[in-house]
Formats: sequence, structure tokens, C-alpha cells
Amino acid sequence: MHTFPYLSLLVLVPLIGAAIVGAIAKPAQAVAQKLGLGVAVLELGLGVALLVAFKRTGDFQFTSVHPWASSLGISWNLGVDGISLFLVAMTLLVVPIVLLGAQVKEHGAAFAAWVLVLEGAAVASFLSLDLMLFFIAFELTLVPSYFLIIRFGYERRNYAAVKFFVMTFLGSAFLLVGILVLAFKHQSQTGVLTFSLEALRHTNLSGGMGVWLSLAFLAAFAVKAPLFPLHTWSPTTYREAPTGGSMVLSAVLAKLGTYGILRFNLTLFPHASKVLAPLVLTLATIGILYGAIVASAQSDMKRLVAYSSLAQVGFIVLGTFTFTTVGLTGAVTMMVNHGIITAAFFMLIGWIAERRGGWDTGLLRGLQKPAPVLAGVFTLVMLASIGLPGLNGFVGEFLVLLGTFATHRWWGVTATFGVVVAAIYWLWNYQQVFHGKADAENAETPDLTRNERLIIAPLLVLIVFLGVFPKFMLDRIEPAVAKEVAAVVATESTSPSGTTLHSIAPSATRGGVQ
Amino acid sequence: MTNLTMPSISYWALSPILFMLLGGVLLMAVAALSRRALPPVVSTGLTLFAGTGALVFSLIERHHVASSKATTTVAGAIAIDGLSVVIAVTVSCSVLLATCFGHRYLERMHIAGAEYHVLALTSASGAMIMAAANDLVVLFLGLEILSIALYVLVALNRSSAKSEEAALKYFILGGFSSAIFVFGIAFTYGATGSTNLQVIAQSLAASVAAKPGILLVGLALLLVGFCFKVAAVPFHLWTPDVYEGAPTPVTGFMAAVAKTGGFAALIRVLLAGLPTARSTWTPALYAIAIVTLFGGALLMVVQRDVKRMLAYSSINHAGFIFLGILAATSAGVSADLFYLFTYSIAAIGTFGILTMLASENDDDSTIDRYRGLVHNHPVLTGCLAVLVLAQAGVPLTTGFLAKFGVVEAATGTGAIPLAILAMVSAAIAAFAYLRFVLSLYAGTPEEAVSLDLDGATRAPLAGIAVGLTVAVTVFFGIFPATLLDFVRVAADHLLP
Repeated sequence: MHTFPYLSLLVLVPLIGAAIVGAIAKPAQAVAQKLGLGVAVLELGLGVALLVAFKRTGDFQFTSVHPWASSLGISWNLGVDGISLFLVAMTLLVVPIVLLGAQVKEHGAAFAAWVLVLEGAAVASFLSLDLMLFFIAFELTLVPSYFLIIRFGYERRNYAAVKFFVMTFLGSAFLLVGILVLAFKHQSQTGVLTFSLEALRHTNLSGGMGVWLSLAFLAAFAVKAPLFPLHTWSPTTYREAPTGGSMVLSAVLAKLGTYGILRFNLTLFPHASKVLAPLVLTLATIGILYGAIVASAQSDMKRLVAYSSLAQVGFIVLGTFTFTTVGLTGAVTMMVNHGIITAAFFMLIGWIAERRGGWDTGLLRGLQKPAPVLAGVFTLVMLASIGLPGLNGFVGEFLVLLGTFATHRWWGVTATFGVVVAAIYWLWNYQQVFHGKADAENAETPDLTRNERLIIAPLLVLIVFLGVFPKFMLDRIEPAVAKEVAAVVATESTSPSGTTLHSIAPSATRGGVQ
Repeated sequence: MTNLTMPSISYWALSPILFMLLGGVLLMAVAALSRRALPPVVSTGLTLFAGTGALVFSLIERHHVASSKATTTVAGAIAIDGLSVVIAVTVSCSVLLATCFGHRYLERMHIAGAEYHVLALTSASGAMIMAAANDLVVLFLGLEILSIALYVLVALNRSSAKSEEAALKYFILGGFSSAIFVFGIAFTYGATGSTNLQVIAQSLAASVAAKPGILLVGLALLLVGFCFKVAAVPFHLWTPDVYEGAPTPVTGFMAAVAKTGGFAALIRVLLAGLPTARSTWTPALYAIAIVTLFGGALLMVVQRDVKRMLAYSSINHAGFIFLGILAATSAGVSADLFYLFTYSIAAIGTFGILTMLASENDDDSTIDRYRGLVHNHPVLTGCLAVLVLAQAGVPLTTGFLAKFGVVEAATGTGAIPLAILAMVSAAIAAFAYLRFVLSLYAGTPEEAVSLDLDGATRAPLAGIAVGLTVAVTVFFGIFPATLLDFVRVAADHLLP
């Protein structure tokens, strides 16, 4: 069957585009910068076409399989299903917005090139159905992120970049070995060396082995997501990265972690995931509360978004580990919505910083009067983040909590406090920044320009559209999620060998099935 | 009067080695006989010719080996198999690149002449002999040819006290290790009755070693000798000083060729000669691999000098290559060959760029010196960043696939803890590599120093060589199939 190679193009167009932009950056800076934007828009067009052509089934579509480094067992194996579809679409949307709204003053072409490399690598990670190809793409995202931070970041960018790189790299070390062990386990059972997800999911794993491998995978994904207590790189990195860098890092890259957990941990180690569920659920809940509480204490708005993201990621993981269709659908929806909301936040903070020279709440006061549109847009994004019904943030959070209440009630109850605290810190922050009487400097703050309004409009439209009409997304996500859940549920619920994690949290596993 | 029979010698099979050796001798003769100082173009040209010849002939030979099978010549003393030809290709490439980088450098340091090239060709032939040696005595011969030429190369920068000190240190410690190695050969001979690796393997397989104690001592001494040569912890103490003190192009050459030769010989001795003693050497090598991985990575982090940092980096790489040997499988050997080739290219390229940027007397290579390099040399800095990141193991460069290959081989034989430790050490090392790349991109254009010393950074030959190393590193990082097949076929045709 020959179909239009959407997925290969989605991966290659930004990478090739980046190479061209990088090559002509020196002689023709302005042209290169425009070309970069053009590539991002072309990519978005491809994404829209994919969205239209996508059929509402649970299977992988538009699969593209070619040999690559066959003697090492690695193949070029791409496919899209409801889980990855919207993550890819969100990535493709955020990138042109970054290039339009958060373009840096100097070396714009280099910035565009790195953002495009990041886009290509992220899309490849979302689409990859070969574990090693995924790993390569997953690792590759580090390089552009690193250069975006060190070349365009703020004062402590060097510290942030290295901390980010090393923590992620260390997590990946476990992932790589985990993938290899799994592949060899599979090879010893079938005689075929492959990294194909479809083949490896049928590997027969003993209980202990599965848990160890699952932990190895989790190590990498928990750093990237970030999941408490491996989140320590994120506030620093989001703060020191340039506006565009923070947008892509938090909206897209962090999702690689949560996506990885959903796609690989659940699919490959359904049994071990159940064993580990109490541990992960607890960490996620701690993350929700801890993130919310620490966010309340931030005067630095970028750090505030970072801690708020930690809480949101906690919800995503919570939904994932409910192993219910509702919870998982909520988790996927939330990944996409959180990406949209957090990108909008960082964009707005970037614009505020451009006007006022900083984003610390101590510096900002009473912006509502001089910049009413800015305040209005910020309010909308903030309300979406808090989870106001009718806006997109509500949908995922609601479904996640619904799933959690059904299966893991007490975690759900505890996590709900996070929702309340989120409302407190956002409203409080809003009061400090936009209310009150502006001093002389703040009173001069210009409002959003027409260009800026146009740039952020797509995000706002989606915040409302996906809030009012979530069916558009849910219809496409659900079949894939249902398939995933069915596979997890199908594995027998008792552990073949008594694993240690039961003894760590014995009450937890029992609490889950009440 | 005893009858001396000459063994049959296949000169065709020895052609890569002969190209190197005769090229060196010819160049020496021409330089000695010519009345005036030889123009640099002539010595460089002749070296490039010899190197290209060796490369072409080893490629042809590799094709031959892949289509027929492994053989020996010179009465079983020289093996013509996958290992020897792939190493010959690797070493030839190293010589070609090192020659390009040395060309302009020698003039700048006022040491222009044939010496550098003669010694490089000679030591390269030594590395090739080591890789092909099927007899411990021939192996020792190769080791000495390689080492003695390297001692002199390190001392080449006569006006630099550092260079002399490094050479003396290398020479004394190298002499010790050679002595230990010869002892190892003697003890092995005592235990097995032969110095030929096949005969050793057969005698060990046929019966339980007659004198296991003596074999054990011999094995231990051999290992020490090898570990010194490939710079494995705890026999690495010479490495940082010598890497720092040696003329920069020599450091790159040494990093690539000495390591390649040493590891090739180690692979052959352990896997072809002493496979039956595997249970004896595995625990020792396992421990050495772990301390080498972490010794290299941890000490990298605290270095303030680029050449010293890269010295510890080479130690960390040695740890990774041990993984492939420990796997003791065809996959392990081919992963090691891939590693040696790609590391050689990346290391020579990295040191090559440092050569182009070398200070007046090549005695300052602190990390701070390269701070903000990007502002004055954006393209060169980009190339340096690619090569350094490749050594860190970033995907889409050969460095990633090299690390992946050896870790895959180790995992395949169940050495999972070792695989995890190796990757953790890679993460630590990545920190050091990144800090260096960071400093290249740091600072403002105003405070960045321009390192364009009398146009050295625009040396065309060195520029081409940099381009080649980067191209190879990235191309085979993205399309590795050809290179992987190249080394895999070789590993399949290893002399038993």
C-alpha cells in the first residue's frame, strides 16, 4: 500500500530545513530567518493535512518502515495513532508561534535552525515505533535544547544548560540499557534482534525483570517529564532559557516524558506498571501538591509556571496510572492542553519581560490599566490553567480525576487539593501583576501590538475551542487509548513472583481496588 | 651447520605495512641525501602518497579477506584477517589526517623537516604489525616500532621543555611496560611452549594448562603491558602529562594510533590466543574496565587544560572498548573496530583543530584560552563542537553508535551492570565535554581572543582534514550501514 509519506516528511522537513537555514545563516541572515519560518509553516500545513486524513481507529496509521542500521537491529519505523496525533499537532503549532513571537534579536537564523532541529527530533520521538529510533530522537532533542539555552538564554544559562543536559543524559543511560536488555530478552526468546515496539511487547518477562526494566524506562521519562523528585532541573532551565526555548521545552519536550511513560512503560510492561502504580501515583500526587505549594511562594513568574507545570505533569501521570480509558484519555488530552497553555504563558511572560525588563512580580504592578488586552489574554490563559469549565484545561483534569476517583480514590482526593491551590497562586499572581496602582514605569507599559495579538490568537482560539468542543480530540484519542487499556487489563492481575514493591506500599495496592 | 629455511612471505599481504615502512625509509633517505632542507611539500606529499597507498591496498585486501577467508603468512607469524585489515584502514586514515594537520604546524613551530613524517609512518607500521601479529614475538616487535617512534615524536618540539619532559616520562614508563610485556611473553611461552597464538590456543584447549600458575603470571604481565599502552586505569598515569606535553598533532596521532594498535593486539591475544583462559582474564578486565570508565570520566571533570581533559576522555573511551572485548563475541569485536575507527577520526580531528589554534610555542591549551572562540571562528568552532559532542556520544554522530555498539554487545552477553556503569560514566564525561563546548560559545565578541596566529587557522590542508573528519563523523552517524557492514564482515573473518 502506497500512501503519501506524511510521517517521514514530518520528521525530515524540519531537519533538512534546519540544515539549509543553518548553512545560509551567515551570508543571508534575514532570508534564512524567513526560510526557517516558512519551513515551520509548511510543516504545520503537513500536520493539518495529517489531521484531516487521520481515521478514527485505534491502530497505527501511515506507518513507514524501512531498514536503517539493520546489523544493529535498528529500523526506521514510524506510525501515528490517537495518542501521538495531537502531541505532534501541538508541536507543529507551537514552533511557528515561537519563531514569530519569541524570535531573538541577534542570530535569528541560528535560533530558527535550532528550533527546527528540536521540532524534527521531537516529532520523530512522538512518531517512532522503533525503540532505538525513539531513543536516538529522544537524545537528539538535547542538543538543540542545549544550544538554545547557552546561546540565547539569560544570566545563569550555563549552569542551567549543563544541569539539564546531564540530568537528562543520566536518565537516558538507564533507558538505553533497559531497551537493550529487553531487546536481547526478546532475541533469546525468538531469535530476532529487533527494537520494534510491536514485536517487543510480546516479550515474555518475569515479574522482577519487568519491574526493573520498567524502572529503567521510568528513570529517563521521569526526568524529562519532570516527575517529582527528579524535577530539579526544570525551574532553573525554564527560567534561564530564552522565551522560545522555555516554550518548546515545557510545551513539547516535557511531553516526551509523559508520552514515553504512556507509550512504552504501559505497552511494554503492563504488569510491572501495575506493580509500580502505587509508587508512581504517590510521586505524582506529591508532585501535584509540592508543585502547587512551591508555585505559591514564587515571585519569579517563569519559575511559577515551571512549578505549576510540575503539578500539571503530576495530573498527567496520575491519569496514566489509573489504567482506565477515562484516565488515559484525560492524560493525553491534558498533555496537549498543557502544552498549549504553557506555551501561551511563556509567550506572555516573554512579552512582559520585553516591555518591563523582567518578569519578577516585585517589578510588575497594575499592568491592567495600561495594557488591558495583555491582561485579558493573561486572564484567559490563567483560567484555562486553573481548570475553569469551558476552557481546555478543564477537560483533561476532569477526566483524570474521574479516572482516579474510580480506581485510586485517595490519591484522587489528595490531588484535588492541588486544583484548589492552583487557583490560589494564579489569582494571587494575577492580583500582584495586573491589579493595584501602577507606578510611573509600569503605567507606561504598552499593550499588545496587533502582530502580537495575531500571533497568540491561535493558542487562545484553541483554548476556547478545545474547551467547548473537546469531542474533536477525545473521539480520536479514545480508540487508541481503549486499545492500550485493554492490553493492560488483559494481563493477569496477580504478580507471578512476589515483588518487593508490594511490601513498600502494601496498603496502596489494596486501596486501589476498593 | 643448521639449515636455515626461509618461510614463504606473501608480500602482497604485507603491502599496507610495507607502504608505511618503506615510505618512511625512503623519506628518511631522501631527506638525508638531499643537500638542502627538503621542502615541506615534498615530505608531506610523500607521506600522503605512502598513506594513500597503504589505505588503498588495505581496502583491496579487506575485500579479499571478506570474499575468501583469513590466512597467515611468514610461517604463521602474521595474520591476514578481518582484524588486521580493518586496523590497517583505520591507521592509514589516521596517518593521512595527522599529516595534513602537521604540515603547517611544523613550519610554525620551526621544526619543519622530514622527522615528523618519517616517525609517523614508522609508528603507524608498528601499529599495523601489532594488529596483524599472530605471534607474541612479532607483536612485541610491532609494539616497539610503534612506541620508539612515538617517544621521539613526543619530544619533537625541541624548544619546549614540556615536550621534552613528556617524552622522558613516556619513554621511561614505556620502557618499563615493554619489559613487563616481554616477561609476560616469556611466562606464557613457559606455560604453553609456544609464542604462536594458534599453537597457544590449541595447547590450552587440548589439555589443562600444564603450569597454570605460570600462565597466570604471564597473562597478568601481558595485560599490564597492554593496559599501559591503551592507557587503562591504573596504568594511565603517564597519559595526561604526555598528552599535554606532546606537540598537539602528535597527541592526536598518538591518541588514535597507539590506542588502535594496542587494542587490536589485545583483542587478538585474548580472543584468538587465550580464549580458553577467558574465565581467568574476564574478572581482571571487568575490574579494569570499571575503574577505567570512571577514572577517565571523573578526572575529566576537574581538568582545566583541554589536552589533559581529552587525555582523560581517551581513558574513558578505553573503558568502553573493554566492554566489547569482555563480550568476547563477534558483535563485540565488530563494535570495538567501529569504535576504534570512529574514535580515531574524531580524536585526530579534535586535536587537529587544537593544532590549528595552537599558541606560539604550543604550550598553552587551557580551556579558558578557547573561551568565546565562536565569535572569531564560527565554522571551526562548529566543527570542534561536533567532534567533541561526538566523543560525548550524541546521536546522529558516530560516537553514539560506537557507544551503542559496545554497550549492546556487553548487554547481549549479560554484563548488564557493566553496561549501566558505562552509560553513567558517559553521562559524567558528557558534563566535561559540554563545559568545554559551553566555553567555546561563551562570552561576548569584545572579550573573545582571536587565535588566528599567522594565518594558521586558514591552512588549507588542515581545513580539508577538519572537513573530512566532521563529514565522516556525521555521515556515518546518520547512515552507518556501510561502515557497520565493513567492520562486521571483518569481525566474521577473524582468525580463530
